[in-house]
Amino acid sequence: MTPTEYEYLRKFLKDNSGLDLSADKQYLIESRLLPLARKAGLSGIPELVQKLQAGSRQLITDVVEAMTTNETFFFRDKVPFDHFRDHIMPEIIKARAGKRSVRIWCAAGSTGQEPYSLAMCLKEMGAALTGWRVEIIATDLSQEVLEKAKAGVYSQFEVQRGLPIQMLVKYFKQTGETWQINPELRAMIQHRQLNLLHDFAQLGTFDVIFCRNVLIYFDQDTKINIFNRLARQIEPDGFLVLGAAETVVGLTDTFRPIPDRRGLYKPNDPRAAAARPALAGAAPRMAVMAGR
Amino acid sequence: MKTCLVVDDSSVVRKIARRILEGLEFEVTEAEDGSKALEICQRQLPDAVLLDWNMPVMDGFEFMGHMRRLPGGDQPKVVFCTTENNVAHIAQALSGGANEYIMKPFDKDIIADKFAEVGLIPVGQAMV
Repeated sequence: MTPTEYEYLRKFLKDNSGLDLSADKQYLIESRLLPLARKAGLSGIPELVQKLQAGSRQLITDVVEAMTTNETFFFRDKVPFDHFRDHIMPEIIKARAGKRSVRIWCAAGSTGQEPYSLAMCLKEMGAALTGWRVEIIATDLSQEVLEKAKAGVYSQFEVQRGLPIQMLVKYFKQTGETWQINPELRAMIQHRQLNLLHDFAQLGTFDVIFCRNVLIYFDQDTKINIFNRLARQIEPDGFLVLGAAETVVGLTDTFRPIPDRRGLYKPNDPRAAAARPALAGAAPRMAVMAGR
Repeated sequence: MKTCLVVDDSSVVRKIARRILEGLEFEVTEAEDGSKALEICQRQLPDAVLLDWNMPVMDGFEFMGHMRRLPGGDQPKVVFCTTENNVAHIAQALSGGANEYIMKPFDKDIIADKFAEVGLIPVGQAMV
């Protein structure tokens, strides 16, 4: 791959998905895009770049999906799910005792392991949520990934990453070499295609937003923009959960970290936030992906 | 240093498991069947047992039953590691006193995840 081709792909990915690759990620491009090029019957990255420049729509979609799909497994990092069970849900159960309803958004739902992990956590709470209306909305950029999430079918390898064996026996049905999550849990989740760069106000407001390990791929201005828009979709007493290596600190004051609970954030008072001047670079980057 | 007894009739599997477990800072001993494993446990119980199911002389399930009845035998964490990958076997292992269950083939990530799950290693270490 020539430096010109690399620069083209960097800019292409930035414009189409917000993915912000540093100057030294050639290996990542090659490892993700070479198999895709071969599958499409192309000789390699140079020909792939030519096709993208020619505006091949299917290829644009495929390249964005290949570059933005992340590793995921059940109960990834464990701690956020402990927080969810021991801190977030008890507080929400108290605060929403009258309404008896909770809305949760997995903003990078990927192949379903995170939303299903949350669904299992909620099931394990048993009687505490009897009669409650529970809504989990899982969104992802990639249609292919969403289809997998919807089906809820995982390989033997996938169900052994992060998932306690008791949970496997309790919530999955074995079919040959694969395992499918029970219909009851699948029914708890709505899967929707969504690009975080686009407007997501139509999703409504949430008590809990999991937005883990996706913003790391965006540049600072895009991150700030997304945080500010997330703040509008969260209840004043709601929770935002970020990945272990992510933070709002230094980017926005629409959220504040909860002391001693790594990865957990609360929205700040929106009136206080409104009184401050708007943050620079907050215009959303609308992508070519519109309409997908 | 925590100790782990690897019980498997395949010397190749024992070697792979040893390398992974030593990487997770376990002191590893090996046994090629349940009967030899039981002898080791009668002398000194390990913190963890990585346990194959089908083995000559004494299988893993029978070994676990004997080990659990030893004084202090309820302490070691038993993680099955077997090609038996159906729900009936998993359920039998759990009701017989197993703490976790790995379906072969396995790799370092799976062992680390499962060992973290039963508290043998800190959660962070499983993410390396």
